[in-house]
Amino acid sequence: MLELWRELWMPELSFLRYALLLGLLASPVLGVIGTMVVTRRISSLAGASAHAALGGVGLALYLQRVFMWSFFTPELGAVLGALIAALVVGVVSLSASEREDTVIGVVWAVGMALGLLFLDRTPGYVDWQGYLFGNILLISPTELYLTLALDAAVLLPLGLFYNRLLAVSFDSTFAQLRGVRATAIYLVLLALTALTIVLLMNVVGIILVIAMLTLPAATSGFFARHLWAMMVLSGVLSAFFLTAGLLLSYFCRIPSGPAIVVLAGVFYLAALLLRRNRRG
Amino acid sequence: MNPIIELEDLCFGYVPGELTLEHVNLTVMPGESGCIVGPNGGGKSTLLKLLLGLLQPTSGTVRLFGVAPDEGRRRVGYMPQYHLLDRVFPITVFEVVLTGRMNSWRPFWYGGEDRRAARRALDEIGLSQLADRSFSSLSGGQRQRVLIARALACDPELLLLDEPTANIDPGAEERFYELLEELRRRMTVLTVSHDLGFVNREVDSVICVNRRVVKHRAADFSAETADAVYHHHVGIIQHDHSCFCHCGEKDHA
Repeated sequence: MLELWRELWMPELSFLRYALLLGLLASPVLGVIGTMVVTRRISSLAGASAHAALGGVGLALYLQRVFMWSFFTPELGAVLGALIAALVVGVVSLSASEREDTVIGVVWAVGMALGLLFLDRTPGYVDWQGYLFGNILLISPTELYLTLALDAAVLLPLGLFYNRLLAVSFDSTFAQLRGVRATAIYLVLLALTALTIVLLMNVVGIILVIAMLTLPAATSGFFARHLWAMMVLSGVLSAFFLTAGLLLSYFCRIPSGPAIVVLAGVFYLAALLLRRNRRG
Repeated sequence: MNPIIELEDLCFGYVPGELTLEHVNLTVMPGESGCIVGPNGGGKSTLLKLLLGLLQPTSGTVRLFGVAPDEGRRRVGYMPQYHLLDRVFPITVFEVVLTGRMNSWRPFWYGGEDRRAARRALDEIGLSQLADRSFSSLSGGQRQRVLIARALACDPELLLLDEPTANIDPGAEERFYELLEELRRRMTVLTVSHDLGFVNREVDSVICVNRRVVKHRAADFSAETADAVYHHHVGIIQHDHSCFCHCGEKDHA
Protein backbone atom coordinates (compact mmCIF):
# COMPACT_ATOMS: atom_id res chain seq x y z
CA MET A 1 0.00 0.00 0.00
CA LEU A 2 2.80 2.36 1.00
CA GLU A 3 4.65 1.51 -2.18
CA LEU A 4 1.60 2.24 -4.21
CA TRP A 5 1.35 5.62 -2.50
CA ARG A 6 5.03 6.37 -3.19
CA GLU A 7 4.73 5.32 -6.79
CA LEU A 8 1.75 7.63 -7.26
CA TRP A 9 3.89 10.65 -6.45
CA MET A 10 6.52 9.92 -9.06
CA PRO A 11 6.81 12.97 -11.33
CA GLU A 12 6.15 11.02 -14.51
CA LEU A 13 2.81 9.84 -13.14
CA SER A 14 1.22 13.29 -13.04
CA PHE A 15 -1.39 12.14 -15.61
CA LEU A 16 -2.57 9.40 -13.25
CA ARG A 17 -2.75 11.86 -10.36
CA TYR A 18 -4.85 14.22 -12.48
CA ALA A 19 -7.17 11.38 -13.45
CA LEU A 20 -7.57 10.20 -9.86
CA LEU A 21 -8.19 13.72 -8.64
CA LEU A 22 -10.68 14.37 -11.42
CA GLY A 23 -12.52 11.20 -10.48
CA LEU A 24 -12.74 12.23 -6.83
CA LEU A 25 -13.81 15.78 -7.69
CA ALA A 26 -16.41 14.54 -10.17
CA SER A 27 -17.96 12.06 -7.72
CA PRO A 28 -20.32 14.47 -5.94
CA VAL A 29 -21.73 15.60 -9.28
CA LEU A 30 -21.97 12.02 -10.48
CA GLY A 31 -23.85 11.04 -7.34
CA VAL A 32 -26.42 13.80 -7.80
CA ILE A 33 -26.79 13.78 -11.57
CA GLY A 34 -26.61 9.98 -11.79
CA THR A 35 -29.41 9.68 -9.25
CA MET A 36 -31.52 12.12 -11.24
CA VAL A 37 -30.80 10.32 -14.52
CA VAL A 38 -31.88 7.00 -13.00
CA THR A 39 -34.95 8.16 -11.06
CA ARG A 40 -36.25 10.35 -13.86
CA ARG A 41 -35.49 7.66 -16.44
CA ILE A 42 -33.54 9.81 -18.84
CA SER A 43 -30.59 7.47 -19.34
CA SER A 44 -31.19 7.05 -23.07
CA LEU A 45 -31.47 10.82 -23.37
CA ALA A 46 -28.10 11.05 -21.60
CA GLY A 47 -26.73 8.45 -24.01
CA ALA A 48 -27.82 10.51 -27.00
CA SER A 49 -26.28 13.59 -25.46
CA ALA A 50 -22.98 11.78 -24.89
CA HIS A 51 -22.75 10.51 -28.45
CA ALA A 52 -23.69 13.88 -29.88
CA ALA A 53 -20.73 15.30 -27.93
CA LEU A 54 -18.51 13.59 -30.51
CA GLY A 55 -20.15 15.73 -33.17
CA GLY A 56 -18.97 18.79 -31.26
CA VAL A 57 -15.48 17.35 -30.78
CA GLY A 58 -15.19 16.67 -34.51
CA LEU A 59 -16.37 20.14 -35.43
CA ALA A 60 -13.96 21.74 -32.96
CA LEU A 61 -10.91 19.81 -34.19
CA TYR A 62 -11.85 20.56 -37.80
CA LEU A 63 -12.22 24.28 -37.13
CA GLN A 64 -8.99 24.35 -35.13
CA ARG A 65 -6.92 22.68 -37.81
CA VAL A 66 -8.52 24.04 -40.98
CA PHE A 67 -9.54 27.55 -39.95
CA MET A 68 -7.06 27.96 -37.09
CA TRP A 69 -9.81 28.77 -34.62
CA SER A 70 -7.59 27.81 -31.72
CA PHE A 71 -10.10 28.95 -29.09
CA PHE A 72 -12.53 26.28 -30.26
CA THR A 73 -11.18 23.41 -28.17
CA PRO A 74 -12.58 19.88 -28.41
CA GLU A 75 -13.92 20.26 -24.85
CA LEU A 76 -15.87 23.37 -25.86
CA GLY A 77 -17.18 21.53 -28.90
CA ALA A 78 -18.20 18.57 -26.75
CA VAL A 79 -20.09 20.87 -24.38
CA LEU A 80 -21.95 22.43 -27.30
CA GLY A 81 -22.79 19.09 -28.90
CA ALA A 82 -23.95 17.48 -25.65
CA LEU A 83 -25.97 20.53 -24.56
CA ILE A 84 -27.75 20.99 -27.88
CA ALA A 85 -28.59 17.28 -28.09
CA ALA A 86 -29.91 17.11 -24.52
CA LEU A 87 -32.06 20.21 -24.91
CA VAL A 88 -33.44 19.15 -28.30
CA VAL A 89 -34.51 15.78 -26.94
CA GLY A 90 -35.78 17.38 -23.74
CA VAL A 91 -37.95 19.92 -25.54
CA VAL A 92 -39.33 17.19 -27.80
CA SER A 93 -40.20 15.00 -24.81
CA LEU A 94 -41.95 17.92 -23.10
CA SER A 95 -44.03 18.84 -26.10
CA ALA A 96 -44.78 15.18 -26.86
CA SER A 97 -45.17 16.06 -30.50
CA GLU A 98 -42.84 13.35 -31.79
CA ARG A 99 -41.96 9.88 -30.55
CA GLU A 100 -39.30 10.50 -27.94
CA ASP A 101 -37.33 7.30 -28.45
CA THR A 102 -37.13 7.92 -32.19
CA VAL A 103 -35.77 11.41 -31.66
CA ILE A 104 -33.24 10.02 -29.18
CA GLY A 105 -32.08 7.46 -31.73
CA VAL A 106 -31.75 10.09 -34.45
CA VAL A 107 -29.79 12.55 -32.29
CA TRP A 108 -27.61 9.72 -31.01
CA ALA A 109 -26.59 8.44 -34.46
CA VAL A 110 -26.51 11.70 -36.40
CA GLY A 111 -24.45 13.44 -33.72
CA MET A 112 -21.88 10.69 -33.80
CA ALA A 113 -21.88 10.45 -37.61
CA LEU A 114 -21.26 14.19 -37.95
CA GLY A 115 -18.33 13.87 -35.57
CA LEU A 116 -16.79 11.03 -37.58
CA LEU A 117 -17.22 12.97 -40.85
CA PHE A 118 -15.53 16.06 -39.41
CA LEU A 119 -12.70 13.96 -38.00
CA ASP A 120 -12.21 12.30 -41.39
CA ARG A 121 -11.81 15.72 -43.04
CA THR A 122 -9.51 17.03 -40.32
CA PRO A 123 -5.88 17.07 -41.48
CA GLY A 124 -3.21 15.47 -39.32
CA TYR A 125 -3.43 12.76 -36.70
CA VAL A 126 -6.40 12.76 -34.36
CA ASP A 127 -6.75 10.37 -31.43
CA TRP A 128 -10.49 9.97 -31.89
CA GLN A 129 -10.44 6.70 -29.98
CA GLY A 130 -9.43 8.67 -26.93
CA TYR A 131 -12.70 10.57 -27.07
CA LEU A 132 -14.74 7.43 -27.59
CA PHE A 133 -13.12 5.24 -24.95
CA GLY A 134 -11.34 7.73 -22.72
CA ASN A 135 -7.72 8.83 -22.60
CA ILE A 136 -6.52 10.07 -19.27
CA LEU A 137 -3.45 11.56 -20.89
CA LEU A 138 -5.74 14.28 -22.26
CA ILE A 139 -6.68 15.50 -18.78
CA SER A 140 -5.25 18.90 -17.92
CA PRO A 141 -5.31 20.94 -14.69
CA THR A 142 -7.89 23.20 -16.35
CA GLU A 143 -10.33 20.33 -16.27
CA LEU A 144 -9.80 19.94 -12.55
CA TYR A 145 -10.86 23.56 -12.05
CA LEU A 146 -13.83 23.08 -14.36
CA THR A 147 -14.86 20.05 -12.33
CA LEU A 148 -14.71 22.10 -9.15
CA ALA A 149 -16.86 24.76 -10.82
CA LEU A 150 -19.42 22.12 -11.84
CA ASP A 151 -19.44 20.76 -8.28
CA ALA A 152 -20.38 24.21 -7.06
CA ALA A 153 -22.93 24.67 -9.85
CA VAL A 154 -24.66 21.43 -8.86
CA LEU A 155 -24.30 21.25 -5.08
CA LEU A 156 -25.21 24.82 -4.12
CA PRO A 157 -28.58 24.88 -5.92
CA LEU A 158 -29.19 21.33 -4.72
CA GLY A 159 -28.81 22.43 -1.10
CA LEU A 160 -31.27 25.27 -1.65
CA PHE A 161 -33.80 23.52 -3.84
CA TYR A 162 -33.61 19.92 -2.61
CA ASN A 163 -37.25 19.81 -1.50
CA ARG A 164 -38.41 21.20 -4.80
CA LEU A 165 -36.27 18.71 -6.69
CA LEU A 166 -37.66 15.87 -4.59
CA ALA A 167 -41.25 16.97 -5.16
CA VAL A 168 -40.77 17.43 -8.88
CA SER A 169 -38.91 14.14 -9.37
CA PHE A 170 -41.46 12.11 -7.44
CA ASP A 171 -44.55 13.63 -9.05
CA SER A 172 -43.91 16.36 -11.53
CA THR A 173 -47.59 17.17 -12.17
CA PHE A 174 -48.38 17.57 -8.49
CA ALA A 175 -45.30 19.70 -7.88
CA GLN A 176 -46.30 21.92 -10.77
CA LEU A 177 -49.72 22.43 -9.19
CA ARG A 178 -47.96 23.48 -5.99
CA GLY A 179 -46.12 26.18 -7.89
CA VAL A 180 -42.82 24.43 -8.61
CA ARG A 181 -41.42 25.32 -12.03
CA ALA A 182 -41.15 21.75 -13.23
CA THR A 183 -40.13 22.53 -16.81
CA ALA A 184 -37.35 24.89 -15.79
CA ILE A 185 -35.97 22.35 -13.31
CA TYR A 186 -36.09 19.63 -15.97
CA LEU A 187 -34.18 21.72 -18.51
CA VAL A 188 -31.54 22.75 -15.95
CA LEU A 189 -31.15 19.09 -15.05
CA LEU A 190 -30.59 18.21 -18.73
CA ALA A 191 -27.99 20.93 -19.10
CA LEU A 192 -26.10 19.76 -16.00
CA THR A 193 -26.28 16.18 -17.27
CA ALA A 194 -24.67 17.27 -20.54
CA LEU A 195 -21.87 19.08 -18.68
CA THR A 196 -21.23 16.04 -16.47
CA ILE A 197 -20.94 13.86 -19.55
CA VAL A 198 -18.29 16.09 -21.08
CA LEU A 199 -16.41 16.21 -17.80
CA LEU A 200 -16.00 12.45 -17.83
CA MET A 201 -15.29 12.21 -21.53
CA ASN A 202 -11.53 11.89 -21.07
CA VAL A 203 -11.76 9.50 -18.14
CA VAL A 204 -14.20 6.89 -19.42
CA GLY A 205 -14.99 8.07 -22.94
CA ILE A 206 -18.17 9.09 -24.72
CA ILE A 207 -19.41 5.56 -25.28
CA LEU A 208 -18.95 4.38 -21.71
CA VAL A 209 -19.90 7.55 -19.85
CA ILE A 210 -23.54 6.50 -19.72
CA ALA A 211 -22.43 3.65 -17.44
CA MET A 212 -21.06 6.09 -14.86
CA LEU A 213 -24.34 8.00 -14.91
CA THR A 214 -26.43 4.90 -14.31
CA LEU A 215 -24.52 2.07 -12.58
CA PRO A 216 -23.54 3.76 -9.27
CA ALA A 217 -27.00 5.33 -8.88
CA ALA A 218 -28.84 2.15 -9.83
CA THR A 219 -26.73 0.18 -7.35
CA SER A 220 -27.51 2.66 -4.55
CA GLY A 221 -31.14 2.66 -5.55
CA PHE A 222 -31.41 -0.90 -4.24
CA PHE A 223 -30.59 0.27 -0.74
CA ALA A 224 -31.62 3.92 -0.38
CA ARG A 225 -34.88 4.97 1.27
CA HIS A 226 -34.40 8.67 0.63
CA LEU A 227 -33.44 10.53 -2.52
CA TRP A 228 -30.58 12.25 -0.68
CA ALA A 229 -29.28 8.90 0.59
CA MET A 230 -29.26 7.59 -2.98
CA MET A 231 -27.25 10.65 -4.05
CA VAL A 232 -24.69 10.30 -1.25
CA LEU A 233 -24.26 6.55 -1.69
CA SER A 234 -23.94 6.80 -5.44
CA GLY A 235 -21.38 9.60 -5.03
CA VAL A 236 -19.33 7.38 -2.72
CA LEU A 237 -19.63 4.45 -5.12
CA SER A 238 -18.61 6.66 -8.06
CA ALA A 239 -15.49 7.76 -6.21
CA PHE A 240 -14.66 4.14 -5.41
CA PHE A 241 -15.27 2.85 -8.97
CA LEU A 242 -13.26 5.65 -10.56
CA THR A 243 -10.33 5.35 -8.15
CA ALA A 244 -10.17 1.55 -8.07
CA GLY A 245 -10.76 1.33 -11.82
CA LEU A 246 -7.98 3.81 -12.62
CA LEU A 247 -5.47 2.06 -10.32
CA LEU A 248 -6.47 -1.30 -11.77
CA SER A 249 -6.00 0.02 -15.26
CA TYR A 250 -2.55 1.42 -14.46
CA PHE A 251 -1.19 -1.59 -12.65
CA CYS A 252 -2.73 -4.25 -14.90
CA ARG A 253 -2.05 -2.20 -18.04
CA ILE A 254 -5.61 -2.26 -19.28
CA PRO A 255 -7.62 0.68 -20.67
CA SER A 256 -9.12 2.86 -17.94
CA GLY A 257 -12.68 3.34 -19.24
CA PRO A 258 -13.53 -0.35 -19.59
CA ALA A 259 -11.81 -1.16 -16.26
CA ILE A 260 -14.00 1.37 -14.42
CA VAL A 261 -17.21 0.33 -16.15
CA VAL A 262 -16.71 -3.41 -15.68
CA LEU A 263 -15.97 -2.86 -12.00
CA ALA A 264 -19.17 -0.80 -11.61
CA GLY A 265 -21.11 -3.42 -13.56
CA VAL A 266 -19.91 -6.23 -11.28
CA PHE A 267 -21.08 -4.30 -8.22
CA TYR A 268 -24.43 -3.59 -9.83
CA LEU A 269 -24.99 -7.26 -10.60
CA ALA A 270 -23.90 -8.29 -7.11
CA ALA A 271 -26.35 -5.78 -5.57
CA LEU A 272 -29.10 -7.00 -7.86
CA LEU A 273 -28.55 -10.62 -6.84
CA LEU A 274 -28.28 -9.72 -3.16
CA ARG A 275 -31.51 -7.84 -3.37
CA ARG A 276 -33.29 -10.67 -5.16
CA ASN A 277 -32.13 -13.30 -2.70
CA ARG A 278 -33.27 -11.17 0.20
CA ARG A 279 -36.69 -10.76 -1.35
CA GLY A 280 -37.04 -14.37 -2.47
CA MET B 1 -71.32 33.12 -2.95
CA ASN B 2 -68.89 32.87 -5.84
CA PRO B 3 -68.53 29.58 -7.64
CA ILE B 4 -65.35 27.53 -7.13
CA ILE B 5 -65.32 26.24 -10.67
CA GLU B 6 -66.68 28.12 -13.62
CA LEU B 7 -66.34 26.82 -17.16
CA GLU B 8 -67.82 28.96 -19.88
CA ASP B 9 -68.40 27.63 -23.38
CA LEU B 10 -65.17 25.71 -23.19
CA CYS B 11 -63.94 23.69 -26.15
CA PHE B 12 -60.80 21.61 -26.25
CA GLY B 13 -59.17 19.33 -28.78
CA TYR B 14 -55.75 17.68 -28.82
CA VAL B 15 -55.83 17.63 -32.63
CA PRO B 16 -57.18 20.56 -34.65
CA GLY B 17 -60.70 19.91 -35.87
CA GLU B 18 -61.30 17.11 -33.40
CA LEU B 19 -62.83 18.21 -30.14
CA THR B 20 -62.41 16.10 -27.01
CA LEU B 21 -64.70 18.43 -25.10
CA GLU B 22 -67.22 20.74 -26.72
CA HIS B 23 -69.16 23.73 -25.45
CA VAL B 24 -68.80 22.87 -21.81
CA ASN B 25 -70.58 25.03 -19.26
CA LEU B 26 -70.16 23.99 -15.68
CA THR B 27 -70.45 25.67 -12.30
CA VAL B 28 -69.54 24.14 -8.98
CA MET B 29 -70.40 26.03 -5.81
CA PRO B 30 -68.44 25.92 -2.53
CA GLY B 31 -69.45 23.00 -0.35
CA GLU B 32 -70.96 21.11 -3.24
CA SER B 33 -69.75 17.56 -3.53
CA GLY B 34 -69.80 16.00 -6.91
CA CYS B 35 -68.85 12.94 -8.80
CA ILE B 36 -67.44 13.18 -12.31
CA VAL B 37 -68.40 10.11 -14.32
CA GLY B 38 -68.21 9.03 -17.92
CA PRO B 39 -66.76 6.33 -20.14
CA ASN B 40 -63.04 5.93 -20.73
CA GLY B 41 -61.87 8.35 -23.38
CA GLY B 42 -64.89 10.55 -22.75
CA GLY B 43 -62.73 13.45 -21.59
CA LYS B 44 -62.69 13.15 -17.79
CA SER B 45 -58.92 13.45 -17.41
CA THR B 46 -58.85 16.18 -20.02
CA LEU B 47 -61.45 18.10 -18.04
CA LEU B 48 -59.32 17.71 -14.90
CA LYS B 49 -56.21 18.95 -16.67
CA LEU B 50 -58.10 21.98 -17.99
CA LEU B 51 -59.41 22.73 -14.50
CA LEU B 52 -55.88 22.60 -13.12
CA GLY B 53 -54.39 24.70 -15.89
CA LEU B 54 -52.22 21.85 -17.19
CA LEU B 55 -53.91 22.25 -20.58
CA GLN B 56 -55.11 25.44 -22.22
CA PRO B 57 -58.62 25.50 -23.69
CA THR B 58 -58.97 25.83 -27.46
CA SER B 59 -61.75 28.35 -26.81
CA GLY B 60 -63.83 29.46 -23.85
CA THR B 61 -62.70 30.19 -20.31
CA VAL B 62 -61.83 28.33 -17.13
CA ARG B 63 -62.02 30.03 -13.76
CA LEU B 64 -60.93 28.41 -10.54
CA PHE B 65 -61.89 30.38 -7.41
CA GLY B 66 -62.71 33.24 -9.74
CA VAL B 67 -59.19 33.47 -11.18
CA ALA B 68 -57.12 31.74 -13.85
CA PRO B 69 -56.39 28.05 -13.06
CA ASP B 70 -52.63 28.46 -12.64
CA GLU B 71 -53.41 31.07 -10.01
CA GLY B 72 -56.30 29.30 -8.29
CA ARG B 73 -54.84 25.80 -8.26
CA ARG B 74 -52.79 26.39 -5.13
CA ARG B 75 -56.07 26.11 -3.22
CA VAL B 76 -56.73 22.69 -4.73
CA GLY B 77 -55.69 19.37 -3.21
CA TYR B 78 -55.16 16.96 -6.08
CA MET B 79 -54.83 13.21 -5.82
CA PRO B 80 -53.64 11.35 -8.93
CA GLN B 81 -53.80 7.59 -9.38
CA TYR B 82 -50.90 6.00 -7.57
CA HIS B 83 -49.89 3.69 -10.39
CA LEU B 84 -48.91 6.67 -12.52
CA LEU B 85 -46.01 7.26 -10.15
CA ASP B 86 -42.61 5.56 -10.13
CA ARG B 87 -42.96 2.39 -8.13
CA VAL B 88 -39.41 2.33 -6.80
CA PHE B 89 -38.72 6.01 -6.18
CA PRO B 90 -36.65 6.41 -2.97
CA ILE B 91 -38.97 8.41 -0.72
CA THR B 92 -40.66 7.81 2.63
CA VAL B 93 -44.37 8.16 3.33
CA PHE B 94 -43.80 11.27 5.43
CA GLU B 95 -41.69 12.89 2.69
CA VAL B 96 -44.48 12.24 0.18
CA VAL B 97 -47.05 13.94 2.40
CA LEU B 98 -44.69 16.86 3.05
CA THR B 99 -44.55 17.64 -0.67
CA GLY B 100 -48.18 18.71 -0.25
CA ARG B 101 -46.83 21.66 1.76
CA MET B 102 -44.77 22.90 -1.17
CA ASN B 103 -45.69 26.27 -2.62
CA SER B 104 -44.16 28.78 -4.96
CA TRP B 105 -43.28 31.40 -2.35
CA ARG B 106 -41.85 28.93 0.15
CA PRO B 107 -38.33 29.47 1.37
CA PHE B 108 -36.04 26.56 0.90
CA TRP B 109 -37.00 24.25 3.73
CA TYR B 110 -40.14 22.97 5.39
CA GLY B 111 -40.91 24.46 8.80
CA GLY B 112 -42.45 23.07 11.98
CA GLU B 113 -45.95 24.05 10.89
CA ASP B 114 -45.48 22.07 7.68
CA ARG B 115 -44.41 18.99 9.61
CA ARG B 116 -47.38 19.28 11.92
CA ALA B 117 -49.78 19.66 8.99
CA ALA B 118 -48.27 16.61 7.29
CA ARG B 119 -48.61 14.59 10.48
CA ARG B 120 -52.23 15.70 10.92
CA ALA B 121 -53.03 14.64 7.36
CA LEU B 122 -51.45 11.21 7.93
CA ASP B 123 -53.41 10.84 11.17
CA GLU B 124 -56.59 11.66 9.37
CA ILE B 125 -56.27 8.86 6.87
CA GLY B 126 -55.10 6.53 9.62
CA LEU B 127 -51.61 5.78 8.36
CA SER B 128 -49.42 7.67 10.82
CA GLN B 129 -47.79 4.44 11.94
CA LEU B 130 -46.35 4.09 8.42
CA ALA B 131 -44.77 7.59 8.31
CA ASP B 132 -41.18 6.34 8.17
CA ARG B 133 -41.83 3.45 5.84
CA SER B 134 -40.63 3.55 2.29
CA PHE B 135 -43.45 4.57 -0.07
CA SER B 136 -42.58 1.73 -2.43
CA SER B 137 -43.05 -0.89 0.30
CA LEU B 138 -46.76 -0.09 0.73
CA SER B 139 -49.70 -1.87 -0.84
CA GLY B 140 -51.56 -0.15 -3.66
CA GLY B 141 -54.42 0.86 -1.43
CA GLN B 142 -52.08 2.30 1.19
CA ARG B 143 -50.20 4.27 -1.43
CA GLN B 144 -53.46 5.69 -2.71
CA ARG B 145 -54.37 6.82 0.80
CA VAL B 146 -50.96 8.44 1.29
CA LEU B 147 -51.66 10.48 -1.84
CA ILE B 148 -54.95 11.60 -0.29
CA ALA B 149 -53.02 12.66 2.81
CA ARG B 150 -50.67 14.64 0.58
CA ALA B 151 -53.66 16.39 -1.00
CA LEU B 152 -55.04 17.15 2.48
CA ALA B 153 -51.70 18.54 3.62
CA CYS B 154 -52.24 21.38 1.12
CA ASP B 155 -55.11 22.64 3.34
CA PRO B 156 -57.26 22.64 0.23
CA GLU B 157 -60.62 24.28 -0.28
CA LEU B 158 -61.29 21.98 -3.20
CA LEU B 159 -60.28 18.33 -3.16
CA LEU B 160 -59.95 16.63 -6.54
CA LEU B 161 -59.69 12.85 -6.33
CA ASP B 162 -58.94 10.89 -9.48
CA GLU B 163 -60.32 7.34 -9.20
CA PRO B 164 -59.91 7.13 -5.43
CA THR B 165 -61.63 3.77 -5.00
CA ALA B 166 -60.13 1.91 -7.94
CA ASN B 167 -57.29 0.53 -5.84
CA ILE B 168 -58.50 0.61 -2.26
CA ASP B 169 -58.02 -2.68 -0.44
CA PRO B 170 -61.41 -4.38 0.08
CA GLY B 171 -61.11 -4.20 3.87
CA ALA B 172 -60.37 -0.49 3.89
CA GLU B 173 -63.26 0.47 1.63
CA GLU B 174 -65.85 1.15 4.33
CA ARG B 175 -63.43 3.24 6.35
CA PHE B 176 -62.56 5.12 3.20
CA TYR B 177 -66.14 6.07 2.41
CA GLU B 178 -66.51 7.36 5.96
CA LEU B 179 -63.42 9.50 5.50
CA LEU B 180 -64.79 10.92 2.25
CA GLU B 181 -68.07 11.83 3.87
CA GLU B 182 -66.23 13.53 6.68
CA LEU B 183 -64.19 15.54 4.21
CA ARG B 184 -67.28 16.54 2.27
CA ARG B 185 -68.50 18.33 5.35
CA ARG B 186 -65.36 20.44 5.46
CA MET B 187 -64.60 21.20 1.84
CA THR B 188 -65.74 20.86 -1.73
CA VAL B 189 -64.90 17.38 -2.95
CA LEU B 190 -64.96 16.26 -6.57
CA THR B 191 -64.24 12.64 -7.36
CA VAL B 192 -63.61 11.15 -10.77
CA SER B 193 -64.66 7.66 -11.56
CA HIS B 194 -64.59 5.72 -14.81
CA ASP B 195 -67.36 3.37 -13.83
CA LEU B 196 -70.49 4.40 -12.08
CA GLY B 197 -69.79 2.21 -9.07
CA PHE B 198 -68.75 5.29 -7.24
CA VAL B 199 -71.78 7.46 -7.73
CA ASN B 200 -72.32 7.02 -4.08
CA ARG B 201 -73.92 8.19 -0.93
CA GLU B 202 -74.65 11.79 -0.41
CA VAL B 203 -73.05 13.44 -3.39
CA ASP B 204 -74.94 16.53 -4.43
CA SER B 205 -74.32 16.30 -8.12
CA VAL B 206 -73.26 13.91 -10.82
CA ILE B 207 -71.22 15.47 -13.60
CA CYS B 208 -71.39 13.34 -16.72
CA VAL B 209 -68.55 13.78 -19.18
CA ASN B 210 -68.69 12.33 -22.65
CA ARG B 211 -67.48 15.02 -25.05
CA ARG B 212 -70.30 17.13 -23.68
CA VAL B 213 -70.67 17.80 -19.99
CA VAL B 214 -74.01 17.58 -18.25
CA LYS B 215 -74.56 18.11 -14.56
CA HIS B 216 -77.38 16.33 -12.78
CA ARG B 217 -78.56 16.70 -9.24
CA ALA B 218 -77.77 13.36 -7.64
CA ALA B 219 -81.41 12.95 -6.66
CA ASP B 220 -82.41 13.08 -10.33
CA PHE B 221 -79.70 10.76 -11.54
CA SER B 222 -81.36 7.60 -12.72
CA ALA B 223 -80.86 4.63 -14.96
CA GLU B 224 -82.11 6.61 -17.95
CA THR B 225 -79.61 9.43 -17.48
CA ALA B 226 -76.77 6.95 -17.06
CA ASP B 227 -77.82 5.18 -20.27
CA ALA B 228 -77.80 8.46 -22.11
CA VAL B 229 -74.27 9.25 -20.95
CA TYR B 230 -72.85 5.87 -21.82
CA HIS B 231 -74.90 5.28 -24.94
CA HIS B 232 -75.69 1.80 -23.78
CA HIS B 233 -77.41 0.12 -20.94
CA VAL B 234 -76.12 0.66 -17.44
CA GLY B 235 -77.24 -1.40 -14.51
CA ILE B 236 -78.20 0.48 -11.39
CA ILE B 237 -78.83 -0.83 -7.95
CA GLN B 238 -80.53 1.45 -5.49
CA HIS B 239 -79.16 0.98 -2.03
CA ASP B 240 -80.32 3.17 0.86
CA HIS B 241 -79.34 6.71 -0.04
CA SER B 242 -76.75 5.74 -2.52
CA CYS B 243 -76.98 4.60 -6.00
CA PHE B 244 -74.50 1.95 -7.00
CA CYS B 245 -74.31 1.42 -10.68
CA HIS B 246 -72.24 -0.70 -12.92
CA CYS B 247 -71.66 -0.31 -16.56
CA GLY B 248 -72.74 -3.28 -18.60
CA GLU B 249 -72.85 -4.26 -22.24
CA LYS B 250 -76.12 -3.95 -24.10
CA ASP B 251 -76.76 -7.65 -24.54
CA HIS B 252 -75.93 -8.19 -20.89
CA ALA B 253 -79.11 -6.50 -19.92
